[in-house]
Amino acid sequence: MESALISGLQGLVIGVTNLGLGHVIMILIASGLLYLGIQKGYEPLLLVPIGFGAILVNIPLADMMGKEGFLRFFYDAGVLTEVFPLLIFVGIGAMTDFQPLLENPKIILLGAAGQFGIFLTLLLALAVGFDKLDAVAVAIIGACDGPTAIYVSSKFAPHMLGAVSVAAYSYMSLVPLIQPPIMRALTTEKERMIVMGLVKQPVSKTTKILFPIVVTIFASLLAPKGAPLIGTIMLGNLMKESGVVDRLKSASENEITNIVTLLLGLCIGATMEADKFLRGQTLLVLCLGFIAICLDTAVGVLFGKLMCVLTGGKINPLIGAAGISAFPMSARVVQAQGQKYNKKSYLLMHAMSANAGGQIGSVIAAAVMLSVLQGMGIVGG
Amino acid sequence: MDTWTFGWTLALIGMGGTMLVLWILSLLILLLKKVFPYRPGESAAKKG
Repeated sequence: MESALISGLQGLVIGVTNLGLGHVIMILIASGLLYLGIQKGYEPLLLVPIGFGAILVNIPLADMMGKEGFLRFFYDAGVLTEVFPLLIFVGIGAMTDFQPLLENPKIILLGAAGQFGIFLTLLLALAVGFDKLDAVAVAIIGACDGPTAIYVSSKFAPHMLGAVSVAAYSYMSLVPLIQPPIMRALTTEKERMIVMGLVKQPVSKTTKILFPIVVTIFASLLAPKGAPLIGTIMLGNLMKESGVVDRLKSASENEITNIVTLLLGLCIGATMEADKFLRGQTLLVLCLGFIAICLDTAVGVLFGKLMCVLTGGKINPLIGAAGISAFPMSARVVQAQGQKYNKKSYLLMHAMSANAGGQIGSVIAAAVMLSVLQGMGIVGG
Repeated sequence: MDTWTFGWTLALIGMGGTMLVLWILSLLILLLKKVFPYRPGESAAKKG
């Protein structure tokens, strides 16, 4: 009886006795993510489940990511198969209004320039010693797009999924702090004060409906490996613009996105086990991710300057910073900066065009990347 | 393929390819707008 009591009590303290320093550090990091999400409001929809998932997976002996752990089930079913990020893309497509971009299509080029940080960061990652596919996973943080980063990193470097996702979502939420100093450093006061005229080119319903279909066919033919990314975001947008499947559209942007966001967040958190996350490499991923977003902004603004010169000063280079996928946050940053230097400057709609271009640009950049990797024989067909 | 050949190839084709695809998309949008122009009163007509 006495030994049975002792054994029973041991069962109650076995978790505590197996708690290592790594677990404690990870629980503190997870608490930090929860603090950022709950108290500071930084990407709470993702950071709260990620933080909680990270706590769960670092409870000793709970075996959440073990063979029969409940987080393992969702991870295998949704992340390894790449289904979760794709379902989120359907929701994003259903929520995104491409009208500003359709009204002013040349601005889409800023959405391409805003992705250059991905490819420049790839070179940096290779320079600091990441192997090829790990470097691709780090570089994709520069897409400034959570689902794209998750899709690519889960495909090529699943062991880095936690670090890449945390970096992607954290820096996206810090866009209002990261972008303005770069925008100021690369533009003159005269450029920042440029007032852009109104672009009033209404778009027909037919064009809005055909746009997602044409983009899917054309872009998927050029970059077939990216067809799942392009196809899902455009499917969502087609449901929105067609106006005939309101129930599906509503389910995509609400129930499906909400459920998948919760499970995806938990799964990302579940990859943050102490022995996998607490490495020097994670710090490097965080540093390179930050550099990637800085480079995106810098190249976007520089391309904006080029467009400013080519159009005879009609384009305010600040809108180049909105050529990233953080929608509509970076467009708002551009508007605020423009107003700061010229009260008569209303850059919001132009920046929204660039921002919508950035959303498409990030998906296209990832698609191009995947197809080039396939072409080079780095990944299978 | 060595690391730097891989890196520079992916970076150059990636940047060039992304720019090219988006430029062609902008032309396709212009084409769509030309073929299916907006007609004033379109939205009102749809609403009946």
